[in-house]
Formats: sequence, structure tokens, C-alpha cells
Amino acid sequence: MEWLVFVPLAAMALVTAVLVIILRNPVYCALSLVGTFFALSGIYLLLQAQFVAVVQVIVYAGAIMVLFLFVVMLLDLGHELPAWLQRDRPRLLIGAGAVAILLLELVIPVGSWTARAPHGPQTSEVVGAAGNTQLVGRLLFTEFLVPFEITSIILLIAIIGAMVLARR
Amino acid sequence: MTATVPLNAYLILSAALFVIGVAGVLIRRNVLVIFMAIELMLNAVNLTFVAFARFLHSMDGQIIVLFVMAVAAAEVAIGLAIIIALHRNKESMNVDEINLLKG
Amino acid sequence: MPEGAFFVIMVAKIVVVFGLMLLSVSYLTWVERKVIGDIQVRLGPMRVGPHGLLQPIADGLKLLFKEDIIPQAADRTLYILAPAVALIPAFISFAVIPFGDQVRLFGQTIDLVITDVNIGLLYVFGVASLGVYGIVLGGWASNNKYALLGGLRSSAQMISYELSLGLSVIGVVMLSQSLSLVEIVGAQARTWFIILQPIGFLIFLICAVAETNRAPFDLPEAETELVAGFHVEYSSMKFAMYFMAEYANMITVAAMTTTLFLGGWRGPWLPPVVWFLVKLYLVIFLFIWLRGTLPRFRYDQLMRFGWKVLLPIALANIVVTAVFVALR
Repeated sequence: MEWLVFVPLAAMALVTAVLVIILRNPVYCALSLVGTFFALSGIYLLLQAQFVAVVQVIVYAGAIMVLFLFVVMLLDLGHELPAWLQRDRPRLLIGAGAVAILLLELVIPVGSWTARAPHGPQTSEVVGAAGNTQLVGRLLFTEFLVPFEITSIILLIAIIGAMVLARR
Repeated sequence: MTATVPLNAYLILSAALFVIGVAGVLIRRNVLVIFMAIELMLNAVNLTFVAFARFLHSMDGQIIVLFVMAVAAAEVAIGLAIIIALHRNKESMNVDEINLLKG
Repeated sequence: MPEGAFFVIMVAKIVVVFGLMLLSVSYLTWVERKVIGDIQVRLGPMRVGPHGLLQPIADGLKLLFKEDIIPQAADRTLYILAPAVALIPAFISFAVIPFGDQVRLFGQTIDLVITDVNIGLLYVFGVASLGVYGIVLGGWASNNKYALLGGLRSSAQMISYELSLGLSVIGVVMLSQSLSLVEIVGAQARTWFIILQPIGFLIFLICAVAETNRAPFDLPEAETELVAGFHVEYSSMKFAMYFMAEYANMITVAAMTTTLFLGGWRGPWLPPVVWFLVKLYLVIFLFIWLRGTLPRFRYDQLMRFGWKVLLPIALANIVVTAVFVALR
């Protein structure tokens, strides 16, 4: 049953991700990436992370990608020549080889690996009883309070930095 | 085939997405598209965090994902500001032509 | 409840809500023209049917049979896709809004909400934040400078006002201790949140008008400067879809205002659904009234108002509410 949801979402994520790096028009790249984010959001729902799934849509699809589109349209970028036309063959081969090795390095250990028995306190029942959002909130403001505050400082720095950089 | 999707399936998906992101950074010359590929890599890592959070019965992974998203948002704001500043000076989005520091 | 009955009830609810929504969207155009006409001391549509009641149908037929023009320089795929992208989010956010209490029908207890998810509020915000894509893509794909300017304006505007919109409801969430819209309505059994959160309500209302791109925030389609903004090039059914999206968004936003601040379907004497509709249409009337009264903002005024006025007030509102909740 879970496979019926997982396989289409995974396929959608992979296809849109590949489209991001092969399409020539940046607007289409950005839209494909939005598709990837949606597929991932669906997978998060499957993993019972409702809050993360919705924040994924709000933050990534709703804010970050709109900013990307905004900049792409504002700067009116032309089309880019595909990599296999503009670069010499040896370098392309080396690159492809490196990517393939990286993929194998990541997939082979993961494929043959068996996870430790789950040991954390937050089983599905606990999460279901307390509510995913409530648990996330409680953890954010107790155990992860310091990282949370540091994140807000990072965001503040980003706001100031972006304003200074983009100002004429 | 078991009824539930095992952790390995999520991890393999995440690895594939990450590698696609790496390939994007390698083959594309447009700064904005490279930036998108980086976002893709961040998301691939987020997927492993959420998958582990589910399978190890610990919410910590989900919290980390929220931090990653916040930092990614900050990064995008700064990055796009840099790209706009670059465009103003250089009229080009090709990373091969942005080589002022090369001397 | 047996699985089959659950399925049938679900489909029935979706069909009824969707049908009513479509009907409201078409007749909202008539209501708006009548009300604006009254404000401007004229009659509005009178010719088609008694008091112009058949006008929406005539308009719909006319748009349906118009020639569908796609500009030669347009990006065909996105040009065709964009109106649908604008329309879908406008309709699906209604899925989590409760429009009544439980009713008993044919021996079944039916919740008058399509589905009650525990993060309903966030779902609505997530879906609402996607509405901007339809406008931006339509503006870009038309390959027309006015359309592009309209699209860019709207993306900047919607990102800016979504922040204050999100912050303005934090107070409601703090008071009701829940993100589920059903529970938020439940928490307003004694007092409506408009009384406890008057500032939050005002900010929400202002941002809601801005999010739906209506006057005085209708800069994306400012007729006098951008011809018609992002949909200049659109004609026939594609134009109609943008039009429907705007009105559907208005209904959704009014329903959210009702649910979050006006006690949802709660009220004495009348049945809950009627109360819900009365409040919904009062908010919509307010929107139309605003359009008939206020002139359009200038772009810099709009941005300054959003970032330098609404955002600080919304943040202050959260602090005050937090102190209030902590002391209670």
C-alpha cells in the first residue's frame, strides 16, 4: 500500500530533478524544481512528518522558488547552450565518471545496509497522540532552543546582508 | 515485497537526488541553475533526515530539517542578492565569465 | 461508519461544495457589479433577465465562444498552463474550512467540513502561497512588457503581504492552541477572536485584500498604468479562468476571515450553515465596498506600508498576545 504512494512520488521527484539540470530555459528549471519539492513534500507526508511537509511547500515552493522566478524574470536571462555542446568531450567524460562513482559510492553501502532497531522515544503512537506539530514545537523550544535562536540570528544577518548587497 | 517502504528505499532516492544535484553543479554554467542544483542537494539531505526520524522513532531529524530550511532561505536571500549585484556589473550569468578574482 | 458510506459522503460533500463555489463565483461578479453600481449611483446590469440576474450566464457564454488567441511570441506551454495553475489553488483550499456543525442525515453523522486535518491552517497558507505562480507565469509567458511588469509586481506584493498575513493569525493560534480549523471554530464558542484579536483581525483583513490583488491593492492589474497587468494577452476561457480564480480566492479568503475571527458557523437561532454564509457574504461585501471607496496605492506606498507598518504591528500584536496568554 505504501509502495503505491511512494513509487509515483519517487519517480516524480527523480524525473523533475533531472529536468532541473537538463532543461535550457531557467524558468522551466525553476518550475521543475517546484515539482521536485512537491514530490518530496508528499514523501514527507508518507513519513508522518506533516509539519515538515507543509513547511516544505510554504517555504520552498511558496517563497524560495518565487524569489528564484522573480530574479530569473527580472534579469531576463537568455537560453543556455547545453553542456555537451559547449564543452570539450574529455572533461565531460571525467565529470560523468565522477558523478557515476559518487552515485555508486552512495547507493551500494545504503542498499546493503540494515538499520539499527528503532530506539527513540517518539514512536508512531506517541507522535499520533501528541500531534506532530505539537511535538516539533515542544522540541524546538526546549531541547533545540539554542540552535533555534542562532537560526534567527542567521536570518537577521541574511536580511541585512541581502539589503546591503542588492542596494545600488 | 513488504507492505511498508523500507528505510533503504528512501535513502537510495535521496542519494540519487543528491547526485543529480552534483551533476547539475558540474554541467550547468548558469549561476541561477547551479544555485537551484544546490537547493536540490539540500533537499536530498533533508529527505534522509526525515526518513531517519521516522525509522529511528526520534523527532530530532525533523527539527534539523526545519533548521536546514531556515538556513537555505537565508542562503537564497544572500545568493540572489549577490547574483543581482553581479548582473549589474557584468551582464552575464555564466560562471566561467565571472572570474574577477583570477587577476 | 462503513467504508462505502464514508466514500459516498465524501464525494457528495466535495461535489456540493465545489458546485456551490462555482455558482457563487459566477454570481459574485453580478453582486460586485450591482454593489459597485449602487455605490456609484447607477443601476449596474439590468438588461439580461430581471435586474440582470442572467448576466453571469450571458458573460460566461460570451467568453466561451470568443476566439482563443495565443500570442506568437508567447511561451505556449506555460501560457496555456498558467490560468489552470491560478485556478486550482483557489478552489482546493476550501477543503479544510468547516462550514457547519455535525448533522445527522440518513442515520449517519456527517461533519460539515470536507476534511479536518490537524494542520488545516498551514495547509491553507501553503495552498494560498501557490496562487502567485499562476499570475507570475501568465505574466512571463505572455511575452508582453505590461504583463511581465504585472506579474513581477504581484510576486513582490504577495511575498511581502504573506508575511504579515501569517503573523497576524499567530495570535489566533496561541489562543486556540490548535492549527485545526475545526478546533479554532470550537475555541470561539464563548467569544469570537475578533474581540480578543482586533488588531490581528485588521491586519489579516488588509493582507487578505492584498493577497487577492483587489483594490486598493490591485497593482498587478492597474488598468491605468499596465493596461490590464498579467492577463492583457489572455482571451476567451483562459481569461475567464483568471477571473474565476480571483473571485474564488475572494471567497476562500472571506471564509478564512469568518473561520478565524468571526466564530465560523457559530451563531444563535439560525442553522450553522446559514450563519456561515451570512458572515462570508458580509466580508465579501466589505471587500466590494473597499473597492468602491478607496483609490489605488502607489507601488512604493504599498511596499512601505507592508514592511514598515503592517509587519511591526503584527509582531507587536504577537508579543502582546503572548504576554496575555502567559499571564492567564
